[in-house]
Amino acid sequence: MSTETNKEFRQKATEDYKYGWVTPVDSETAPSGLNEDIVRWISKKKNEPDWLLRWRLKAFNHFQSQIKKGQLPDWANVKFNAIDFDKIIYYSAPKQKLESIDEVDEEVLKTFEKLGIPLGEQKRLAGVAVDAIFDSVSIATTFKDTLLKQGILFCSFSEAVQEYPELVEKYLGSVVPYTDNLYATLNAAVFSDGSFCYIPPGVRCPLELSTYFRINASGIGQFERTLLIADKDSYVSYLEGCSAPMRDENQLHAAVVELVAMENAEIKYSTIQNWYPGDQNGKGGIFNFVTKRGVCRGDNSKISWTQVETGSAITWKYPSVLLLGDNSIGEFYSVALTKGYQQADTGTKMTHVGKNTKSKIIAKGISAGHGQNTYRGLVRVNSKAFNARNFTQCDSLLIGETCGAHTTPYVEVKNSSAHLEHEAYTSRVSEDQLFYCQQRGMSMEDANSLIINGFCKEVFKQLPFEFAVEATRLLEVSLEGAVG
Amino acid sequence: MKNILTINSLHASIGDKKILHGIDFKIQPGEVHAIMGPNGSGKSTLANVLAGHPSCKVNDGTVEFQGEDLLALAPEKRAQLGLFLSFQNPAEIPGVRLDHFMRAGINAIRRSKNLDDVDILGFDRTITKKAEIVSMNPQLIKRSVNEGFSGGEKKRSEIMQMAVFEPMLAILDEPDSGLDVDALKMVAGGINKLRTKDNSLLIITHYNRILSYVEPNFVHVLIDGKIVHSGDKNLAQEIENKGYDWF
Repeated sequence: MSTETNKEFRQKATEDYKYGWVTPVDSETAPSGLNEDIVRWISKKKNEPDWLLRWRLKAFNHFQSQIKKGQLPDWANVKFNAIDFDKIIYYSAPKQKLESIDEVDEEVLKTFEKLGIPLGEQKRLAGVAVDAIFDSVSIATTFKDTLLKQGILFCSFSEAVQEYPELVEKYLGSVVPYTDNLYATLNAAVFSDGSFCYIPPGVRCPLELSTYFRINASGIGQFERTLLIADKDSYVSYLEGCSAPMRDENQLHAAVVELVAMENAEIKYSTIQNWYPGDQNGKGGIFNFVTKRGVCRGDNSKISWTQVETGSAITWKYPSVLLLGDNSIGEFYSVALTKGYQQADTGTKMTHVGKNTKSKIIAKGISAGHGQNTYRGLVRVNSKAFNARNFTQCDSLLIGETCGAHTTPYVEVKNSSAHLEHEAYTSRVSEDQLFYCQQRGMSMEDANSLIINGFCKEVFKQLPFEFAVEATRLLEVSLEGAVG
Repeated sequence: MKNILTINSLHASIGDKKILHGIDFKIQPGEVHAIMGPNGSGKSTLANVLAGHPSCKVNDGTVEFQGEDLLALAPEKRAQLGLFLSFQNPAEIPGVRLDHFMRAGINAIRRSKNLDDVDILGFDRTITKKAEIVSMNPQLIKRSVNEGFSGGEKKRSEIMQMAVFEPMLAILDEPDSGLDVDALKMVAGGINKLRTKDNSLLIITHYNRILSYVEPNFVHVLIDGKIVHSGDKNLAQEIENKGYDWF
């Protein structure tokens, strides 16, 4: 390889991840390590009511006992060195006290602007209200007042604890209990912030709501919670984006998202996950161990998850829906891309409890390089769930010879009136498809990206328009150099 | 007059199998050439070699296209220079709409010439007009490329694409196979409408059928990887009557 190409190659390799910078910011950081004092310290820092501290401590004790018993979730098809929970920093936040957007550290604002999420009043995105989370805290929430006029509560989790404690107390842990799994337990003990949203009865949220997660500080774990309640006859579309600096260390992101949909309510929750995936040799990257679950409490309610997972060294997440209400609907649309040495074990769990409940699962896995991609899904139909229906389609696309795709669908049916369909295929981008595109003038890279976008289309079309464009672009960037 | 395409002593193989054993002919602007031959004679291989299919290996010979060494170019560069292949069995591309597919190709070609991308609405109108040339069902344009298309719909789509791409040389690999008479007339009519004094056609076919609608200037008979006979349009009729055995 000539030095010129070599240089180009290296440039390309480092260009791969475009969000890998670090913001120089003066932070208040807790000492590393997990103990009761840290839990109390975080709770005090947040000026939390006693019930919340007690909940955190219960979670902490449960975590300790699970660790003692060695109860780590080890069933996923991912490999990594054991996490040393005592080496993690559980809280880090920019030092300034933030009363309004004008007081936010200039560097932090610049960071979000560089990420395409301007927060200032003048520049903020039209049509999208954003809660921006930087390391352990929410930096700013845009359009808060506009939304409040319609009775929509949208703010940071910490603020919600102060302003709307009854709502938080009522729903916190109601979908994902602190005993759910080790990472959810850890989150319950040490979560530092997150987003809160409540849509009142009969309101159709006029804006896309979104949370953007940015990890900046070294050595920290990010533990945030999102709690979203859509009351009767309401509608909301929610989006989530993430990125982090390039580092040699693995950083843990263990979030919890809880969704509650009442009668006739609909929640659409979309994620574009672009955490730092690690370098070409598999060094560094985010461990994205996230618990997301929604409950369709009311009749005729609907929860739809859409995720585009291109980042993280390891992705471990199963956005699920518990279908309690009669005629309720759960959906899961997913694109998961693994390249380099990335590993993804992702899928969903659809639990049918109510009558005439429906679920739909469309999962698309793309593997390139040494990437390993597993779809893991469970469709459970309880004994009272008459006429439950599920359609599952999980497709895998392989690029190259060294990657892997795995499909692990589980089905548990206890009612004979259930109707389940399952489709799956694994394919490669064929030589004939590529040649056809090239014969029409496209380069190999353009051809690959066109074909792969086509493969993902069913999922992308679920995303709000601007985010579908973003997802398409992200996929192109992620695959640069990974194909051909 | 300058040739569009000049093929000299072209030898090619697929895998270990030698298929073409020395092909020579040239095409001038405005000409229609037909390559006729029985199954397995190497007709499609010739088309694929010219378009640059990765499974074809050129062992010897030269091909000049528009003054360039065609065989040295990547498939997309050949397309960008104005070479178009209408596929016998075009690939399906799930999830990619036919109009988006064409636009991606046209824009790639335009970018290679430092031109701006096409205007999306204008391009939509262009496609609608071009679809009329082969009476293509306009709904198919919004569907995934070739997915669930019938044989005839695939052929029409290929000729419509030829109309959109306006190539200097179009190689039509069995544009008539699997078509009923009405469809054949429609496709042939479309091809005729696209003929100009500047562009050229290379039609690859087993039968005379399409050549009775699209009149060739030259007919070459390909058997066992060699052109054994060349003539004018009457040769096609002769083959129709006598078959290939008499060569």
